[in-house]
Amino acid sequence: MGRKLDPTNKVKRGPGKKTKKQQGAETERTLTLDDDEEEEEEEDDDDDDDDDKEEENKSDADMDEEDTVQANIDEMDQFKLPGAEEREKEGVLPLDLKSIHQRIKDNIDVLCNFSTKREEGKERAEYISLLKKDLCTYYSYNYFLIEKLIDLFPLSELVDFLEANEIQRPVTIRTNTLKTRRRDLAQALINRGVNLDPLGKWSKVGLVIYDSSVPVGATPEYLSGQYMLQGASSFLPVMALSPQEGESVLDMSSAPGGKTTYIAQLMRNTGVIVANDANADRLKSVVGNIHRLGVTNTVICNYDGRQFPKVMGGFDRVLLDAPCSGTGVIAKDPAVKTSKDDTDIHRSAHLQKELILSAIDSVNAESTTGGYLIYCTCSIMVEENEWVVDYALKKRNVKLVPTGLDFGKEGFTRFKERRFHPSLKLSRRFYPHSHNMDGFFVAKLKKFSNVIPTVAKMDGETVKGTKAKKPAEKTTDETKASKADKKDGSRFEKKQGKKTKTPLKAKNRIGKNKFRKLKHMLGKPDVE
Amino acid sequence: MRPLTEEETKTMFEKLSKYIGENIKLLVDRPDGTYCFRLHNDRVYYMSEKILKLATNISRDKLVSVGTCFGKFTKTTKFRLHITALDFLAPYAKFKVWVKPGAEQSFLYGNHVLKSGLGRITENTEQYQGVVVYSMADVPLGFGVAAKSTQECRRVDPMSIVVFHQADVGEFIRNEDTLT
Repeated sequence: MGRKLDPTNKVKRGPGKKTKKQQGAETERTLTLDDDEEEEEEEDDDDDDDDDKEEENKSDADMDEEDTVQANIDEMDQFKLPGAEEREKEGVLPLDLKSIHQRIKDNIDVLCNFSTKREEGKERAEYISLLKKDLCTYYSYNYFLIEKLIDLFPLSELVDFLEANEIQRPVTIRTNTLKTRRRDLAQALINRGVNLDPLGKWSKVGLVIYDSSVPVGATPEYLSGQYMLQGASSFLPVMALSPQEGESVLDMSSAPGGKTTYIAQLMRNTGVIVANDANADRLKSVVGNIHRLGVTNTVICNYDGRQFPKVMGGFDRVLLDAPCSGTGVIAKDPAVKTSKDDTDIHRSAHLQKELILSAIDSVNAESTTGGYLIYCTCSIMVEENEWVVDYALKKRNVKLVPTGLDFGKEGFTRFKERRFHPSLKLSRRFYPHSHNMDGFFVAKLKKFSNVIPTVAKMDGETVKGTKAKKPAEKTTDETKASKADKKDGSRFEKKQGKKTKTPLKAKNRIGKNKFRKLKHMLGKPDVE
Repeated sequence: MRPLTEEETKTMFEKLSKYIGENIKLLVDRPDGTYCFRLHNDRVYYMSEKILKLATNISRDKLVSVGTCFGKFTKTTKFRLHITALDFLAPYAKFKVWVKPGAEQSFLYGNHVLKSGLGRITENTEQYQGVVVYSMADVPLGFGVAAKSTQECRRVDPMSIVVFHQADVGEFIRNEDTLT
């Protein structure tokens, strides 16, 4: 709804007129009007709107300005839904943000106690559509994003969330335990005139910077690699990953290296970390940070994450911090408010699905210590989070395990018309308003078999019905079958080779698969 | 990525030995595994055998960095140490220079160390000896070359240079793009 921000209209109108009109259009409106008003709004630049509607309180229009303002305030007590005409006019008139803010509050109040506070004969949808429009105007989001957010949050939380996006998160730093201890670092920084505090009970290495007389990103301590500037939310996926000493870990999209160096410090520079990023320019910061923090166990490479299993596999743990729409970090990048739409979300969701599969394929399920994958995004959209994980659960032999983070909200298992795997409640969501960190999503997956359930992939069309009904049983069945004949090979690379071959072979083997399928289906009723 | 040739090894070790002397053998023979030097894109990387094995999977054009970058060979086949090698120079350094807190900043901006900023210096440092520069809190800040011997340092006037700047940790911010 672009009506609110039409600068040309704003210029034309005098301020006095506006209040009058706003009041004047205190009307009934019907839902049917809803669609038309958009078109009308453009033509209705002129004053023709006073005459056309049948208002209950039309008389208000004749009041002088002071009175109308007064009336505006009185009105708050019992919130009335403004009519369509009034809303039209708002589009062409300069906006009074204060009154809009008040209206949002009242509107939410009504919506929260809808049965008692509603106006007779008004639909909930009417209130909602007004609310959406007001939120768009007041917080300058695009309509698409507001709609998404309304679906995501209860109304009471929604405003908190939007407000939290207007303020910056606190600056946090992470102590590099490879070089120093948190207490020493805190002391050194305090001596430089930095005001700080430990981050919270959940982190032993984090510090919050309240204010500082020197730039925190250029102190000699920073340059000598004693700490890293890093958002609190970025600690979480690494803590969930909990890499062990001597393991091999893949960080699929590593730039700018904050999480990679955290992994390295948890592993105390043992084992191997492969830090990958698709963007060669951003890798420069990874190189810088890794050397600055004294990390020596890292290989940095520049592949597209989707090709990764072809390059190498067999990692004990993989961290996939997928590229996303960034709806969790609006405070950092307000451009997200208006720049994202449906296609953006779907495009990144598609990429994420490809990435998560290739990340899973890079994990070695037979690893004695690991076999874990962390999937995280700085988006709060269900499409980019639960949906992607749910997709991975269907496509690969993985299961969700607890993240090991003792706070955060549970992931959705149902969202609007979608139903996800019940174990998705083990994933964790973090919000700016409730946790005072960037919006974030973390899910921990455990791979229990290196076999890729090929039947599910190849015979997609032919056996779709059965597949959709019971993917879980089938995969386990598959697992057992193929585990038997390839127990010997523990190296994952070999399997990779096999995997790339399967699509070619599939045509010949389709009969066999079908046979197995049929056998399975026949066997099923017997069990039951 | 390939092992260094005889000549390259010699050039590099000569350079390294200016800073860490015979401690250089501690870099090669380590108790915690085999470590080696490899050349990639004219840069010398220092890594453990384990990482090396993994890095061979990566094609040359996709490999950005392995282990720690020590420096690079210039077009004239000289070896130039990078600041990224500091982590391995500092613990083994033979000759050290400490700068006063007031002069720290100046050194981190790429300036030479003046007599006025000199806090301490290792005894018997000779002229043109490679030195590692520390802050008074013993945090390594960079390295350079002694412009004056310890003896001369006592006499010179406060504004004369005592250590020529070669590399400092400020480069992590200043030259992030060309770090390795």
